[in-house]
Amino acid sequence: MTDDHQLRVGKIENGTVIDHVTGGQALNVLAILDIDGSGGEEISVGMNVPSERVGRKDIVKVEGRELSQEEVDVLSLIAPDATINIVRNYDVVEKHRVERPEEVVGVLSCPNANCITTAHEPVDSRFAVLEDGVRCAYCGTLIREGFARYIEVD
Amino acid sequence: MRHDHVLTAKQFSREDIEAVLDRAADFDGPTGGTRHTNTLLGLLFFEPSTRTKMSFETAIKRLGGDTIDMGSIDSSSVSKGESLADTVRVIEGYADALVLRHPQQGAAKMASEFVDVPVINAGDGAGHHPTQTLLDLYTIRENAGLDDLSIGIMGDLKYGRTVHSLAHALATFETTQHFISPESLSLPAEVRYDLDEAGASVTEHTGLESVLPDLDVLYVTRIQRERFPDENEYRAVADEYGIDLAMLDEAKADLSIMHPLPRVDEIDPAIDDTDHATYFDQAHNGVPVRMALLDSLL
Repeated sequence: MTDDHQLRVGKIENGTVIDHVTGGQALNVLAILDIDGSGGEEISVGMNVPSERVGRKDIVKVEGRELSQEEVDVLSLIAPDATINIVRNYDVVEKHRVERPEEVVGVLSCPNANCITTAHEPVDSRFAVLEDGVRCAYCGTLIREGFARYIEVD
Repeated sequence: MRHDHVLTAKQFSREDIEAVLDRAADFDGPTGGTRHTNTLLGLLFFEPSTRTKMSFETAIKRLGGDTIDMGSIDSSSVSKGESLADTVRVIEGYADALVLRHPQQGAAKMASEFVDVPVINAGDGAGHHPTQTLLDLYTIRENAGLDDLSIGIMGDLKYGRTVHSLAHALATFETTQHFISPESLSLPAEVRYDLDEAGASVTEHTGLESVLPDLDVLYVTRIQRERFPDENEYRAVADEYGIDLAMLDEAKADLSIMHPLPRVDEIDPAIDDTDHATYFDQAHNGVPVRMALLDSLL
């Protein structure tokens, strides 16, 4: 069944398939990865696809780009069950899960409007990843849920 | 203490604090010698300051050094839109250390990432004020000791940076911290999180009366007018979170009352002439404590 749905959004020859993304989070996955299609990447997105394992899931396929573990670990904030498949010549050659990173840089905006990272300064936002949330490395503000709301948009 | 920068009180261990306070006792007199002749301290105050700024100036001059002062933001390149990152990178070329007060939280931490000289956080918005904490601890140690201490911290706990830093530092000692505030100005989630992580002994109250008899120290802070939508609401809260002579009947005879100053109405001036009042000594302690801190950093 999963194969049928993967077919529905198209197989890729070379690149990355991000599978088992929490339903409804596919566009946030692309936002976090800073992929908006402007670079000419071929992207396929399936949303709320039935899944035996997680009920409903999203799938994101990025043709021609192999995402590193470091790049995808940040997805654990919004899609902790996501799996990463690296595809070469239509075959999955690597398969792994996302892991919680120690910190995320330049991904989330600090919700504290008085934080220095929200000012016109040459500094990226930086959050330490805790057991139960994230914490701004500059002002200390905690975010415990709803991370997608704070994804930085260029 | 061996740190490159002084950014928050969380970076201090108990040993760090005791080392600075011990050293400060050596400087608690009129002279500091000439240990730091030719040392220049850069003062970057993006917000008004009397005590912090003047006591840093006094401290470095008593150590034989001097200051260079950015002046008011209206008369500096900040008014032309220069970023803080650029400002500190320029002034690090003139000074051996930077003392920074800025309205935004995390400003000192960010500044420290752009320069090689020590950055001392002299207050970052509603964030931290670690050097105030060192002089607060020095004053507490002189009057009540730092262990087996019951301290009440009252007023604006949400936006009060002196409160946040003091709470972090007190968590390294055997203290019970009683936080007294209206619910709308209670401790921010970040500080609660840290106190919980540190295993601090903490209670919270909406009034002073029930806890006053237990206190060795009462640390009063100013509730700011701008935190309230109208004058009436502000006055009602400000009047409730103050202390006067009559209330002291219920307090311990050796209760020490502290305040980072400036005060408005929260401490009755009639208390000034009693042995309870330690807030002016507290302000004076800014000099030896900052001398000790600068001596350890430079």
